[in-house]
Amino acid sequence: MDDGAGHIPAQDPRSQVGKFAPPRERFDVVVIGAGPAGLAAALEAARAGLSVKLVDENPVAPGLVGLDVPLLYGGRADASIGAPQRMLEQMLATNPDLAEAFELGVDVALRTAAWSVFVEGDALHALPGPVVGLADETAAWLCGFDQLIVASGARDLVYSFDGADQPGVVGAVALTALIERYEAFDGRSLVVLGSDDLALTAAECALARGLAVAALVEVAPAPLGDPFRIAELSERGVRMIAGSVVRSAVRGAFGVAGAVVAAVEGDRPDETIACDTICLAVGRVPVVDLLDAAGVRVVLDGARGGFVPDSLDRVSTSLPSIFVAGDCAGVGRRLATLEEAAAHGRRAAAAVLAARGLTLPDGDAASTVPPPRPDGHDQLPHRRRWMEALLSTGGTDVLVCPCEEVTRAELVAVQPPRYLGAAIPENRCRTLSAMAGEGTPSHDQMKRLTRVTMGPCQGRRCREQVAMVMAIGAGVPVSGIPLAGYRAPVRPLPLAVLATLPETAASEEQWDVWFGIPTQWVPYDAIGTPREQELIEFTMHM
Amino acid sequence: MDAPLRASVVVVGGGVSGLSAAWWLARSGVDVLVVDKGIVGWEASGRNGGGCTHYNSALFHEEQRLWPLMDELLGYPTEYRRERIIFATTEYHLNAYLRMGEEVGRHGYDWEALDGDEVRRRVPLAGDSALGGIHLKVGGHANPQRTVQAYAWAIQDLGGRILQHTPVVRLVARGGKVTGVETATGLIECDHVVVTAGPQSGRLLATVGVRLPVAVARAEMIVTEPLPLMPHGGVDGNGLYGRQTLRGNLAYGGGPHEWIDLPPDGAPLSRPTSPLAAHLARRLAELLPKAAHVRVIRSWAGLIENTPDGRPVIDRLSSPENLTICTMSAVGFGLSPATGHAIRDLVVDGRCSFTDLDKYRLDRFDGVPDDWAADKGWVAAARAAAA
Repeated sequence: MDDGAGHIPAQDPRSQVGKFAPPRERFDVVVIGAGPAGLAAALEAARAGLSVKLVDENPVAPGLVGLDVPLLYGGRADASIGAPQRMLEQMLATNPDLAEAFELGVDVALRTAAWSVFVEGDALHALPGPVVGLADETAAWLCGFDQLIVASGARDLVYSFDGADQPGVVGAVALTALIERYEAFDGRSLVVLGSDDLALTAAECALARGLAVAALVEVAPAPLGDPFRIAELSERGVRMIAGSVVRSAVRGAFGVAGAVVAAVEGDRPDETIACDTICLAVGRVPVVDLLDAAGVRVVLDGARGGFVPDSLDRVSTSLPSIFVAGDCAGVGRRLATLEEAAAHGRRAAAAVLAARGLTLPDGDAASTVPPPRPDGHDQLPHRRRWMEALLSTGGTDVLVCPCEEVTRAELVAVQPPRYLGAAIPENRCRTLSAMAGEGTPSHDQMKRLTRVTMGPCQGRRCREQVAMVMAIGAGVPVSGIPLAGYRAPVRPLPLAVLATLPETAASEEQWDVWFGIPTQWVPYDAIGTPREQELIEFTMHM
Repeated sequence: MDAPLRASVVVVGGGVSGLSAAWWLARSGVDVLVVDKGIVGWEASGRNGGGCTHYNSALFHEEQRLWPLMDELLGYPTEYRRERIIFATTEYHLNAYLRMGEEVGRHGYDWEALDGDEVRRRVPLAGDSALGGIHLKVGGHANPQRTVQAYAWAIQDLGGRILQHTPVVRLVARGGKVTGVETATGLIECDHVVVTAGPQSGRLLATVGVRLPVAVARAEMIVTEPLPLMPHGGVDGNGLYGRQTLRGNLAYGGGPHEWIDLPPDGAPLSRPTSPLAAHLARRLAELLPKAAHVRVIRSWAGLIENTPDGRPVIDRLSSPENLTICTMSAVGFGLSPATGHAIRDLVVDGRCSFTDLDKYRLDRFDGVPDDWAADKGWVAAARAAAA
């Protein structure tokens, strides 16, 4: 502010302004995710002459595989994931386009996680430009960009049931990654939940590797997927059990030893099917953690598989420097083909070039490719039907959040966490339905009160399931449950790794435990006395 | 159109101070209604260090008297635990902490000076970096998220009302008195208004010509995955505030804030975090080296208001005389049991029964110029740069 005499008061020296170090590296375009969409986007941007960094967290460290980061590996990765070099070689071998990225000069960083995106906003002006926080196993750093393309893919929609807290409950996306990308799947016999494209693909993938698939279990009265493929699976001995869910998993010495399949209606007795793996293949969820934490506006779209960036063209977002490509922009019932994903990536790159005032080397071809069109089928009712059937067959004494050990019943009764010992007496208990009368049921509020979704998995294992149980418990549609906010770091990062981010001398010198307002801490009785100045000097800097 | 809502006292802002005030009023049988623009305790009131040790405050003794009683009084767990250990990794901080201990002792509370070995004995996650510190046998920490909800439920148990998701647009005054508040959905009439609207307080009070100088900033914290519990969770130092929660997570904050401009219409503002999370992680790993391997799983930011001297305003005004205002100037959570008591006293009795609050009166800022925040550099960086 100008006081009229040309004097501009300095920023509060204790504020963040001017404290953050410039990023360690900078690129015109940073792409997060080296799947088919991200890779195609990176190649296209590099061909247009831009400097490009392509980041992918895979192959993740064994400890993170154990934490189900980023996918639900469910304790069925074998010992070979402990050999990083082999994992990297597998990843390169199964992804030949990566070699082209290296040749084009793309800075490819595998085994590198993007843990946050920081861009200027109405409450954040202190940044050294737009940056993405990256980390490997030993260090964290910032990487500057003009445009960011997030191609973070989709993860598994997770349901729990009794026995799901033991090794052997694996997501379909994780299963195919373990089998096809890493050749590191440690199971032999599967029961697959679901009957649509995702489930059929998982079953076919397992069979192709010589694994046994005993059955597909589908809550709907008839299977959903392509009848021709289902017939083929049937010929190969895979049973199709419709109108059913898994009531529980049989507990064994090495995890899951079987699936207890229960009919949703009627009096058909339970059937126990021997297997070492139950594959969750009911649905996939776009990975929007990085986007949401960065402040990109996301909306619930059942036809796109959950919360997705609010975007008409499917590549731009509410933040002008952030673009999306591939499954994180939305997933339909049918899996995208490699070519569809790559085309989406090229469209994102074209949008980036347009934002930079450039056109593609071969004209505007890529941008004329139409956006991938969802089939319009709302996936949420079918997901809710699964949840309702799991509740009606499995009851409410089942963990909905394994990290924090919160059961479905404890969530619906809004019980304080178990570490507090005694539950709130019944006459003082608020239930979800009672709280719903006071406004929209809030997943974030349930996090605070029950600790659901607050654990080390950062909600990857329970988020959608909690929202569904909340909707059922409060008697509202799933669309009535707002997204529980994602928070940086969106990947769990050791203190010692995050601590390596360079800090400026100014930050060190001006660091204060609180606002650094010396008068704030003067004891009340000393205010206005001769002691006050002495105390102010003492507390000048804490 | 429905008849307007009515309450004897309307509390504008369901943060921790407003909730406590409403709870105290409800305990006295007052017909009280809390109005909040969102969910109660949603902002900095529910996301903070949870400390309950404010030796600098006029409310210190009442804070210490009440916290051990709060679980029983409220009927819901606050996770309050007594005592604090504050220790240093530099001589500079050690000297400051020892003087803090002396200050607490001067108020008549027990404390001990600790050498490095004693710190390591009492804080299992401490390491070679610990030079020494203080063990306060007073104060403590509680769970902000659970405490704000406990207040809200206790208010309802006593017959008080809470109206969430209802932004107050302005206060309504007539003939030198406040007659109600206008919300996005209609008028609420009342005999007395308590404004505890945090960052929004300045804007709302201006609608009845009352000037409360506050500037608003964003501050940040980090939280790790859970660890086995230390004997004392209330452990901090090394330029950090925070605690180990009863669940075992390490939740710590500190370091630089960022001043921001609130939208004049009260529109919601995002609360982004910054790379500060990494610098917090560094100091926490220095403070508790045996936790250096532990993973950070979240960070968050909250918006907090400060007055020009960083001290509270707790005041029943002379005009309008049925308006009581409170801002705790960025130090509100731990003091809240006592703050609510003080507000209740001002509303019901006209004066505080347990401590002097004269130095927290609003009129101490009468001479503060309109651009005081700019003079201090307590303004958004973009504004400063554009000037």
